[in-house]
Amino acid sequence: MKIKAAEIKVTNVSKSYGAGLFTKEVIKDCSFTIERNKLTVMIGPSGCGKSTLIRLLAGFEKSSSGSIEIDGKRITGPGRDRLVVFQESALFPWMTTYDNIMYGPKARGENTQLNRDQAEYLLEKVGLTAFREKYPPQLSGGMQRRAELARAMINNPDVMILDEPFRGLDCMSKELMWEYYSGLYEESHRTNFFVTTDIDEAIFLADRLLIMSNIPGQVRATIEVDLPRPRRLAFVFDNERAVAIKMEALSILHKEAMKSFSGGSKAAADFVEAYSKRSSGNGPVEQ
Amino acid sequence: MNATKRFRKALFNRSKLRAVIAIFVFLVLWEIGSRSKDWFGFAVPWIGHIPAPTAVVVAWYGLIGDPGYWQSWYMSTLRVLAGFFAAMVVGIPLGLFMAVNKTFNGLAFPSFEILRPIPPLAWVPASIIFWPSQELSIAFVTFLGAFFTIVINVLGGAKSIDPRYFQSAQSMGSSQWDVFRRVVLPATLPSIVVGSAVGMGITWEVVVAAEMISGGGGSGGSGGGSGGGLGFFIWNSYVGGSYEQIVVGMISIGIAGFISSELLRKLGSYLTPWLRKR
Repeated sequence: MKIKAAEIKVTNVSKSYGAGLFTKEVIKDCSFTIERNKLTVMIGPSGCGKSTLIRLLAGFEKSSSGSIEIDGKRITGPGRDRLVVFQESALFPWMTTYDNIMYGPKARGENTQLNRDQAEYLLEKVGLTAFREKYPPQLSGGMQRRAELARAMINNPDVMILDEPFRGLDCMSKELMWEYYSGLYEESHRTNFFVTTDIDEAIFLADRLLIMSNIPGQVRATIEVDLPRPRRLAFVFDNERAVAIKMEALSILHKEAMKSFSGGSKAAADFVEAYSKRSSGNGPVEQ
Repeated sequence: MNATKRFRKALFNRSKLRAVIAIFVFLVLWEIGSRSKDWFGFAVPWIGHIPAPTAVVVAWYGLIGDPGYWQSWYMSTLRVLAGFFAAMVVGIPLGLFMAVNKTFNGLAFPSFEILRPIPPLAWVPASIIFWPSQELSIAFVTFLGAFFTIVINVLGGAKSIDPRYFQSAQSMGSSQWDVFRRVVLPATLPSIVVGSAVGMGITWEVVVAAEMISGGGGSGGSGGGSGGGLGFFIWNSYVGGSYEQIVVGMISIGIAGFISSELLRKLGSYLTPWLRKR
């Protein structure tokens, strides 16, 4: 399959909800680029407007101001060039794994041998060949996410957008998912945009790391994650460079959390406490 | 050896055994209650006036060769099926359309909600007036019994579909028709099955009452006598003083309702394989 890849440019985008006195600005003057053939990961405190940003990129909603362009063309609505993988599995429960994967091709009248072969290949790639005739409720959480990755992949989108796709999985299956996912990415180097709140996930996966500010959301910093590929768990987490990047990212996130802490956010309070324990050497404290 | 073991196991597992014992005890108590006047010299209140199960079985045995009895079955079943299928054919598209189209929903829903609480039996006199034959008016009342339940279930089911299904379908290049056919329809199917099962139950309740009230379809082909359906069969037995037959009629309806529900359940589970085993 020929990989197409596009670049998305977000320029001065703002988005607010409500009107008049009750206007809530979720994203403010936000600019960044999702670079071609790269895996861009966005990380930020919860409730910083990441999911809103995804709905804007997907075209499900319109921005209040600013522009979002894909290869120079303005995004005005949902399109086949971008594909969103959602937080919780949105597999169709009434279709088998195989039928779910073939949904896109069939929807476009492309039930060709090529696509059927591709579906089998992807099934194998995400380790679900034995589960091709099972329905989503019969799959484990991790299998569902993998099936969803395959379902998105087969459509060969120019950009894949993933909104915390591994949220809620237990630690072991999450790490398994990272390996599956980065394997799929390394094979194609399609343009990917991945949103998460998990710093380890972000560093394991990213080519570029965008760190979001507090609400209203803006990109606060960009870190190039220059770790070699293919990435493997043991290697990434023993790597000095990875640890350095993690500390750098955490300190920026900490600054943001401090701001919202002084603004009264309870979620930020947890983060601040965890961070201060971590830096005072009381052992590792995960979020 | 092994086969017989398995056979015994299947036959005598605990829950089945419990059911068999429960029904047996129920029948014995009923028999004793019914015969209390002959046996103990006083009638147990309520149950003492009901024919004993053995008497019912004897009466039933006498009816097995009676074409009139089977005609009643046939007539009621026909009316139930006619009303039920009409309710499906009209109700499912209506419910779906109300869910999909906001304008239409705004127009149709208020009238629907005013008509819905009216019990089907309250429609009997009106439907006798405005339908040309009695047969049609009974079928219409039967139709109403299932119709409102089916519509409200389909509407509720289709409206509560997770919006992410639409979003992913859309971003994978689905056309509107494709979304309807491959997302809305299957997502609503479980609600259609539930609505139909409940509707079918109501249909049996309604058809019997309608037959009793309207006298069993005088102009409907094989009118009169015991050809007027199970409801009329019961009423006729009551008027004729054959109390055993009343019970036979009641149990027949119970069996008919059970068979239709069971068939619907089977069909429903066949149509929604993803809900079966986890």
